[in-house]
Amino acid sequence: MRHPLRTSAGLAGAVLVALMVILAIIGPPIWGATAERIDSAAILQGASAAHPLGTDNLGRDILARVLVAGRLSLTLALLATLIGAGAGTVLGALPSVLPRRLGRLVTGTVNALVAFPGLLLSMFIAVVTGLGARGAVLGIGAAIAPGFARLTQTLAASVAKADYVAAARMLRVPRRRVMTRHILPNIAEPLILNLTQALGGALLALAGMSFLGLGVQPPSFDWGRLLFDGFSRIYATPAVALGPAVAVALAGIGFNLLGDALANAASRKPTPARKARLRAAPDTTGLGEPAPEAVLEVRDLTVAFPGGVTPVRGLSLTIAPGEIIGLVGESGSGKSLTASAIGGLVPYPGEVSAGRLRLCGADVRELPEAERRKLLGTSLAMVFQDPMASLNPALKVGGQLAEVATVHQGASRAEARGRALDRLGHVHIPEPARRARQHPHELSGGMRQRVVIAMGLMGSPRLIIADEPTTALDVTVQRQILRLLREVTDETGAATLFISHDIAVVGELCDRVVVMYAGRVVEELPVEELASGAAHPYTRALVASLPDMETDRSRPLASIPGRQPSPAELAEADGTAGGCAFAARCELATARCAQRPPLVDHGKAHRVACWEA
Amino acid sequence: MIIKNLTVRFGAFTAVDDVTLEIPSGAIVGLVGESGSGKSTLARAVAGLVPYTGAVEGCDQRRVQMVFQDPQASLDPRMTVGASVAEGLRLPRAARQAEVERLLSLVSLPAALAGRYPRELSGGQRQRVAIARALCARPEVLVADEITSALDVSVQGAVLNLVRSLREELGFSMLFISHNLAVVRYVSDVVAVMHRGRLVEMGPTEDVVGTPKDGYTRSLIDAVPRLGRS
Repeated sequence: MRHPLRTSAGLAGAVLVALMVILAIIGPPIWGATAERIDSAAILQGASAAHPLGTDNLGRDILARVLVAGRLSLTLALLATLIGAGAGTVLGALPSVLPRRLGRLVTGTVNALVAFPGLLLSMFIAVVTGLGARGAVLGIGAAIAPGFARLTQTLAASVAKADYVAAARMLRVPRRRVMTRHILPNIAEPLILNLTQALGGALLALAGMSFLGLGVQPPSFDWGRLLFDGFSRIYATPAVALGPAVAVALAGIGFNLLGDALANAASRKPTPARKARLRAAPDTTGLGEPAPEAVLEVRDLTVAFPGGVTPVRGLSLTIAPGEIIGLVGESGSGKSLTASAIGGLVPYPGEVSAGRLRLCGADVRELPEAERRKLLGTSLAMVFQDPMASLNPALKVGGQLAEVATVHQGASRAEARGRALDRLGHVHIPEPARRARQHPHELSGGMRQRVVIAMGLMGSPRLIIADEPTTALDVTVQRQILRLLREVTDETGAATLFISHDIAVVGELCDRVVVMYAGRVVEELPVEELASGAAHPYTRALVASLPDMETDRSRPLASIPGRQPSPAELAEADGTAGGCAFAARCELATARCAQRPPLVDHGKAHRVACWEA
Repeated sequence: MIIKNLTVRFGAFTAVDDVTLEIPSGAIVGLVGESGSGKSTLARAVAGLVPYTGAVEGCDQRRVQMVFQDPQASLDPRMTVGASVAEGLRLPRAARQAEVERLLSLVSLPAALAGRYPRELSGGQRQRVAIARALCARPEVLVADEITSALDVSVQGAVLNLVRSLREELGFSMLFISHNLAVVRYVSDVVAVMHRGRLVEMGPTEDVVGTPKDGYTRSLIDAVPRLGRS
């Protein structure tokens, strides 16, 4: 949660509210006597040195009266808000507890009340319950209640769909208890935030009621009453009306600003997306000559976030044309951030550094901005888990594909359209002309993923990065997409980086497998060796823990005790030992594992980072 | 438990279409199908969470408990592990703590975890807590809806082992739902295949997997990714 007082508006609101509270506490004891002192010699005066805001018809000092009236104004507003919020929350919660028909009746009543003008409702109630502060407070409370009831209903309805409420229902927990134990605690935060804003509104509404003569009656006075008294003289001596008006306005603004700031902070908006800076690693010696044919060559790639959190640590990767590399690891292993770093998509404030980051023979970091954009725009195709992340839901599929050709390749609209249809057909979309006229939401998940792949094929991709592209798909569709990726790679001669948590999928599709654990590569091996030739205990355990269609059902599955340390935990460990991150879960671990094993050759095209391999 | 001619309709859409399925006492019945095949809706109907037509016989529906896919969503973030596990217990306060400890030890979690909140636990530990909560009602039938698909591969095996050993120990029957045929094959005694709301094939695991009769079952089996098949 971002601190609500970081923004200037939030700070201003907090200061104003604090001032109002202090005023309410110290106002009456300090200025109370002055405010009540009748001075027949100074009746109806304008602003002067002795009376900065003038005096009223009994010669009382208006500034003192404004300062004293703060307590009553704020207290009444608070009372009205509490009454409204209390009644509203109960009304909103009732439908979830009452029998269904009665609940519907309550919901309907609330809906009708929400539609009814609030001021009218409060005036009506104020008149019915008798003129005076009590009537005004009840009236404003009644006007606030329907809004709170509606908010409570909406929030409660969304929490009621949660699996933990379903679990409680199955355990025969009574509905009243579900309400008090599960629903109310989980909706309390937004309700309390709304309270602050409602308080500002109630303050203004009460001032309005008093101003209309429906609220506080003499000899009591609040800001609205003072405004009412001074209003008749506003043309002769404006100061007498301005004082209470400014007080009401400042208090109203203060509560609203604070409420907004709290609500914004609670909604946990992400910080605006900015690209991370790309920095070269300080030491680039000893990397050797760049591999000439490789499409992608990454050396010592590190992605770091402030606070010493380093999710990717010294990763090296080379992909040749026509090759599919599988990058496999658990969530939190740094595999997706690796892809983001290569595509220049690491979110701010992450910092990417690398000894070498060459795409199609050029180091991406040395290119001028315009050329880098062009290189990434035409030679890199990215496919994500959710195809909707890459597609604009408001545009037709064909137009989105054609745009790639008109923007990056300068094609005419007719050419671009023709190419789009050709590419759609290429990824085996039946009736490409008809599909091109459809919006993304009209397509199935598998179709959408095909469209995204076709979009990547609009240029001439040299590198395809596919980040969990089949995780959201059904197995039969997954199979088709995997085939398509293989086909596209063979045909275009592109290099493909395929990222997945599923080692079986990687084993089925890829030529080489790179296994990541806690931000580092622990093993790199040809796919043929995955099933029985893996050397790192983590890779072996991953393979063994995965049931396949031949697994012996009479024996328990292999499992790895413990869990992968998070990047933040690793940052702490770095200060002390910084040994093998897997050692704590490894049955082969020895004293040597307190030192981090380097990634060394282990037979042909096979590298492993383990002392015991 | 026998599910007889169970149908669930949402408006004009039939999510589960006339499914008849027997879950023999003490057996694990695996239910596979793609997303939208109706398998999760069937589970929710059996658990009494969605209205249905047809009948669920041979078991008190109050003794059906369910474990959900994502333990993060199925545990109240504002309740401690102990309070969540104790939710279905109707016991005096003194006996409650001992029972919570017993349930946690059943799912191989230390008793000290009872005071923690779900966010302090790993995904695998959270799913164990959700299983312990379901066990507190001493269920006759446990419905497990994709309980490993939100977990990392390295903990999936441990949860599957736990489910199998609990069944041995406590003798409940189970409806085990997954889109992953390899997982279903490993866990289940009987496999049922759903497609577009209908049950297309059902039989002992080895028969369904070894000699599938339905074309759709065959295509599912073909699509299972295998290490190093090329």
